[in-house]
Amino acid sequence: MIMRKHGPVLALGALLLAGLVAPFADRSTTPGFYVEVLLGGLMAGVLYSLVALGFALIFKASGVFNFAQGAMVLFAALAVARLGEQMPLWAAIPLGMAIMVALAWLIERLVLRPLVNQEAIALFMATLGVTFFLDGFGQTIWGSDIYKIELGIAKEPVMVLQSVFQGGILVNAEDFIAAVVAAALVAGLALFFQMTPTGRALRAVADDHQAAQSIGIPLNRMWVIVWSVAGIVALVAGVIWGAKLGVQFSLSQVALKALPVVILGGFTSIAGAIVGGLIIGVGEKMAEVFLGPILVKAFDLAGGGIENWFAYMLALLFLLVRPEGLFGEKHIDRV
Amino acid sequence: MKQGAKRAVLAVSVAVAAVFGSTAALAQAKKAEAKKMEAPSKGGEQFFPVLSYRTGAYAPNGVPFANGFVDYLKLVNARDGGINGIKITWEECETGYATDRGVECYERLKGKGPTGATAFHPLSTGITFAVTDKSFVDKIPIITFGYGRADSVDGTVFGWNFPLGGTYWDAADMLVQHIGKKEGGLDKLKGKKIALVYHDSPYGKEPIALLQERAKMHGYELLLLPVTHPGVEQKATWLQVRQQRPDYVFLWGWGVMNSTSIKEAVATGYPREKMYGVWWSGAEPDVTPAGDGAKGYSALVFLAPAGTGAVHKDIVKYVHDKGQGTGNKEGFGEVLYNRGMVGAMMTVEAVKRAQIKHGKKPLKGEEVRWGLENMALDNAAIKRLGFEGFMTPISTSCVDHRGDSVAGIHTWDGKRWVIEKGTTLVADSTIIKPMIRASAEKYAAEKKLVKRDCAKEAG
Repeated sequence: MIMRKHGPVLALGALLLAGLVAPFADRSTTPGFYVEVLLGGLMAGVLYSLVALGFALIFKASGVFNFAQGAMVLFAALAVARLGEQMPLWAAIPLGMAIMVALAWLIERLVLRPLVNQEAIALFMATLGVTFFLDGFGQTIWGSDIYKIELGIAKEPVMVLQSVFQGGILVNAEDFIAAVVAAALVAGLALFFQMTPTGRALRAVADDHQAAQSIGIPLNRMWVIVWSVAGIVALVAGVIWGAKLGVQFSLSQVALKALPVVILGGFTSIAGAIVGGLIIGVGEKMAEVFLGPILVKAFDLAGGGIENWFAYMLALLFLLVRPEGLFGEKHIDRV
Repeated sequence: MKQGAKRAVLAVSVAVAAVFGSTAALAQAKKAEAKKMEAPSKGGEQFFPVLSYRTGAYAPNGVPFANGFVDYLKLVNARDGGINGIKITWEECETGYATDRGVECYERLKGKGPTGATAFHPLSTGITFAVTDKSFVDKIPIITFGYGRADSVDGTVFGWNFPLGGTYWDAADMLVQHIGKKEGGLDKLKGKKIALVYHDSPYGKEPIALLQERAKMHGYELLLLPVTHPGVEQKATWLQVRQQRPDYVFLWGWGVMNSTSIKEAVATGYPREKMYGVWWSGAEPDVTPAGDGAKGYSALVFLAPAGTGAVHKDIVKYVHDKGQGTGNKEGFGEVLYNRGMVGAMMTVEAVKRAQIKHGKKPLKGEEVRWGLENMALDNAAIKRLGFEGFMTPISTSCVDHRGDSVAGIHTWDGKRWVIEKGTTLVADSTIIKPMIRASAEKYAAEKKLVKRDCAKEAG
């Protein structure tokens, strides 16, 4: 019975597990390097999770799939980077947060409110418009060069576990701090949703807009709050990512990696955004390092990077066996 | 809608309108001034299409190039009154470094101006590949100095492509020669590992053929490590570098990929002194975002290093001081600004040259080709034009659309690019010529092209 019900998921899990251990089993890699790739994937995954969190938050609270989350990451990072040239970072970050809150308010007033009760696709299209606006407008006011955010974290790698693995394991302080910040943010958000009246109101709105309104929850205010929170999450992602890669237009494209993350994790689940991010991060790095060369050799291919499309393929595979995502809510409709 | 909300929307609308209004008014004033510089002359107009990218992932590199290119055109109009009295007009078209948008720009601009486009600088190998087929029909030269198809040196097959000054095969060849010298001879490369970290696009793939050819000759192992567009995710690539520990890394990136590569090299502890970039991976936007981590990184430099010379003084006097400078002054005198200027200058000189044969009038692209095939920019001409120290002489022919390919090496010292004295690299034609011939013949056969008879055309 269990096998029949969960068969596809178990099969997929077994397949992924086999993929994970394959390079190790055929001795094409050393344990140390394998762990390094795994860690690299987890660190990248944490960053994807940060953006995916923004997607999940807004979808959970308003049913809007906010395509502009990536553009918000870029906008926030550009704001902090450029403001950081005029003032210390400790002042630029709160100011950047204020800008993101103002932006959330503007989006609610000018884009969402006029579209209340419209089809979800209309709202999605509106966020597409916001994406292009933010991408272009952000570059118009802040510039399109590569800007720096200096968090003062050492860039040089640190070698750990040298006694266990030959040559040790290479870890970056930047990646490690990013992971800690992301974990703290997730814990904070979970507390906010579970413990505060606003968080509970947001959950009520997420469950049923009309019912929430009928008991006096102000829908518009809730939307501003949730977009502000998503804006601040975007800022955190933007600052961490910007410090690592430099603040430039490409940030909004990397943020699109969060799409397969939410597909995989489920659109409404914060836990899904985290676990999904980690699976995508590890999956794509493993695929690029281990699977890519095997494919090229086995089928005599022209070669090329596979990590970009592999993330989407992984998400599609999950969709096949679990359409609502790993942690998504299962819909049961009465006929 | 509530009264308060209405007021808020109104206030925001007014504020946005005010911002846009004032920006538009400012732009209008600038446009009017620019129009004066581009005003049609009695002698007619020569139209220059400018394919640029000022937004998107490649903007940090596209902006200074476009600024240098347009500033030089402005200078020719302001200082010389155009090309022998023929005013230059131009129009920029934003490609975003995307091939589809590049082709769209090409189609839109090819028929502009009284005689159509003078010549195109696609500034993208992908766009070059896409418009090469079109050039046979449109008869408009495609100038790809230092990029594009390496086999397009052969003018008998690629009648409209002009990879002036060098191709990626030349660049790759020079890099192998350089590290050969460092190792004490090319034979010392046997058993060494060279990793090519490349942009996974036609641009990044172009040097592979040459590097494989050289690998066969010298016995080094070539590791191919592709980086997908736009190149900000390179963790997997550099973990492989760390695992394989190549003796050298050749960087074939563009835009944000370059600085990310250097950052990842720092993060994985790969020595920057062992990293060499192609000439498109050796400008200021490639190193400054990596901060001190970029110190010691080297790259090829050809046609225009960083710095200022006589032509820059003229640009300041005739363009910038008149408030007509393109973009902000930040990139002025940087590698890519200067390269953009050299690109514009070579096109202007080709038109000048073509005027000798076809007369001092606006010329069609077809007529400009003659100028490009008979370029004779010697040291005296380079000095006269104010480009002394910024390029080496170039002379072309109907058969050879490239001319001599000479480059040097410059190294980032943390503040500026420092040219390695005494290093002059020349691509080995005994290796590259047969490769060009074979590849061009293959292209001609595939496309069923009739090769040009240059001797007959000259007669």
